[in-house]
Amino acid sequence: MGGAVIEILISASFWAAVLRIASPLIFATMGELICERAGVLNLGIEGIMVIGAFAGWMAVYLGLPLWGGVAVAFGAGALFGLLHGVLVVPFGLSQHVVGLGVTLLATATAYFAYRLALPEVTTPPKITPFQAWEVPVLSDIPLLGPALFAQTPLTYAAFACAGVVAFVLYRTPLGLALRAAGENPAALEAQGVSVSGIRIGAVMVGSGLMAVGGSFLTLSAFSSFFFEMVNGRGWICIALVVFGAWRPGKAVLGALLFAGFDALQIRLQQTPLGAVVPYQLFLMLPYVLSILALIAMSRRAQVPAALMVPYTKGER
Amino acid sequence: MSETALGAEVVLRLDQITKRFGRLVANDAISLTLHRGEVLALLGENGAGKTTLMNILFGHYMADTGSVTAFGQPLPPGQPKAALAAGIGMVHQHFTLADQLTVLENITLGTESLWSLGRGRAAAREKVQSLSRDFGLAVDPRARVSDLSVGERQRVEILKALYRDARILILDEPTAVLTPQEAEALFQTLRLATARGLSVIFISHKLHEVMGHSDSCVVLRHGRVVGQVATRDTDRRALAAMMVGAEMADSAVAPGVAGPVRLSLRGIRAGALRDVSLDLRGGTITGLAGVSGNGQAALADLIGGALLPEAGVMQVDGAPVLQWSPRAAIGAGVGRIPEDRHKTGTVADFTLAENAVLETYATRFSRAGLVDWAAVRAHTERLIAAYDVRCPGPEARIRLLSGGNMQKLILGRVMEETPGILIANQPVRGLDVGAIAYVHGRLVAARDAGAAVLLISEDLDEVMGLSDVIHVISEGRLSPAFARGALTQGELGLWMVGHGFGEGAAHAA
Repeated sequence: MGGAVIEILISASFWAAVLRIASPLIFATMGELICERAGVLNLGIEGIMVIGAFAGWMAVYLGLPLWGGVAVAFGAGALFGLLHGVLVVPFGLSQHVVGLGVTLLATATAYFAYRLALPEVTTPPKITPFQAWEVPVLSDIPLLGPALFAQTPLTYAAFACAGVVAFVLYRTPLGLALRAAGENPAALEAQGVSVSGIRIGAVMVGSGLMAVGGSFLTLSAFSSFFFEMVNGRGWICIALVVFGAWRPGKAVLGALLFAGFDALQIRLQQTPLGAVVPYQLFLMLPYVLSILALIAMSRRAQVPAALMVPYTKGER
Repeated sequence: MSETALGAEVVLRLDQITKRFGRLVANDAISLTLHRGEVLALLGENGAGKTTLMNILFGHYMADTGSVTAFGQPLPPGQPKAALAAGIGMVHQHFTLADQLTVLENITLGTESLWSLGRGRAAAREKVQSLSRDFGLAVDPRARVSDLSVGERQRVEILKALYRDARILILDEPTAVLTPQEAEALFQTLRLATARGLSVIFISHKLHEVMGHSDSCVVLRHGRVVGQVATRDTDRRALAAMMVGAEMADSAVAPGVAGPVRLSLRGIRAGALRDVSLDLRGGTITGLAGVSGNGQAALADLIGGALLPEAGVMQVDGAPVLQWSPRAAIGAGVGRIPEDRHKTGTVADFTLAENAVLETYATRFSRAGLVDWAAVRAHTERLIAAYDVRCPGPEARIRLLSGGNMQKLILGRVMEETPGILIANQPVRGLDVGAIAYVHGRLVAARDAGAAVLLISEDLDEVMGLSDVIHVISEGRLSPAFARGALTQGELGLWMVGHGFGEGAAHAA
């Protein structure tokens, strides 16, 4: 078995798959991370990914360019983010309940709109998705080139997005204000910055990124929209934020790790081992290993102190 | 400080500020003026409305009526941002710092445009360092706030205000959390600030600070201004009288009439306690002196039922205790005034009524397994009236109350059960003059009614003033009992640091 694993690990197609599987997770994890750093848990993530997958795909199906589809997905996500933000920030409702509600609403909206727009179809129609773009020079490097530098543009964008999020969080006044909103909102208010404004803004942008993560599935990974295609990725991203200890860099590592296990299990199924062991065990592998990694990593995690604590001005 | 301050220009004017919380009038038509370079002390008991007034000034609360004028310009109500822009900086009693951020990040938070790319960290650090030097506020800008001491955190709060070029500094009970040395450094900083033309309002109920460090005093009582005087024209006695509304009687407590032993401990080992023997007699206040952390908490928990003895014999009213728990303690007539009224004395988000029956809801206030809320409410209203708890009403959440009023409710809760044994653990910590006198009066009244009172305090004056019998606790050991006046403060101090605990001699008395 060891030999088979090594063989998989040194193949370029394995590493290419890792980056591809990680891409939607990175977008959505960054989105969730922004929300939580501002003090808002966003359990709407799963549904927002569905609406992103649907809205992005539908826009392209109706004639928009691919990047237009990404923008539409972002906008749709931000809209559901606005709903979540308004309910949990100024109204201070339970973030768990509202988040699950948003997930149900967004998922159902996407399915309903799909049926409404395409009542007759039995096989999902296809669009032309993003094609792989080989980075000049770099993609010619043996092994590394085809693995890392022959991806679709959205994959490059996912990694760029993580970089931007890290930069904004740690290097700009906006990021400082956002982190303060999640640590001690009273400190922010005392400095004259609106806690509600920052939190709602963070939830909107974060939800937009989650939706872009969802749209990766329809605009880059596949070419059609299916029901159940998000398939729990949103929940994985919630765990990845904890795994990453609320830090963008570590969260990306977590996404890569999970994607690695996922890519590995698919390939292991095709080895002689796959004939003996039930395939469900392989499907479990990324989740089991992720749980173990989560336990190990999250011990020392520094939770934002005001996560899930509604802030009411003038209350003592 | 500056002799000319009162003749200088007016920088801040509050006019007829009124603020109600439910039925409670926290501020009743308060007016005051602050001059350039002046240090104004805002004085009053807990719950007199000082903090509310300052929160209105800073825009955290909206006043129901009244206006604020800063540097000749009216200040829009309810906007901290406007107050900051007008040059008003506030140092809250409970610091508003984000623990996981660095000092520099806390200071620059909100000072730069949110949309600028990058933060001017080098320039900011330089400005903070120069302010640190100019105002004597030593703190490392790169340190994480969670790693700082309380005194350092307060310096960060002051730096925050100075960084924004505040011309008026408001400090809410700034010395409550400081050591005497830190407090002295703070007043040094305030002197440097007024020398540069800043004006300061500080809230306090410590008379010696007010006399030593202010130019003028405004005294609040029950939400109203009851006096505004130049500090040099008054004295501590006159200020105290204004605060509590009457000349304070000198509190010489008459000795109690010792009754039978209500609780006795023999050779008890439990938690931090090492071989402790103690008798608590009815009609007696037994004072426990000692530096905090020497076993006081264990002793209070033991008698209160939260800690079980590992060895030794415990007797209540002559009968050995076999089953011991908080419920058994309550049943045996042990009343408890806990050390930390926020953490163990009350449930912050429960109402006053719910807090008032925390120990009795299942017994006195239940019928057929259901809580009789009408009776609870009537009981709470009686307590509020009898113990002068200033609050919006029995349905208010207790976290809205000031420390003194919270303590009065706890006192009422305990006293209404006429405890045979009363453990008062730091009963007046953080309270003002009026509330302290009130609590002490109630303890003496409980003693005269026959209770055995155990008074645990770090304040030797308090222990010596009230107690009929004094023990000293040090490293879990208990000194022999000393009659009132038998030892001087200095002699007790020696016991507190561990002298005198000889071999076997400790239990001789």
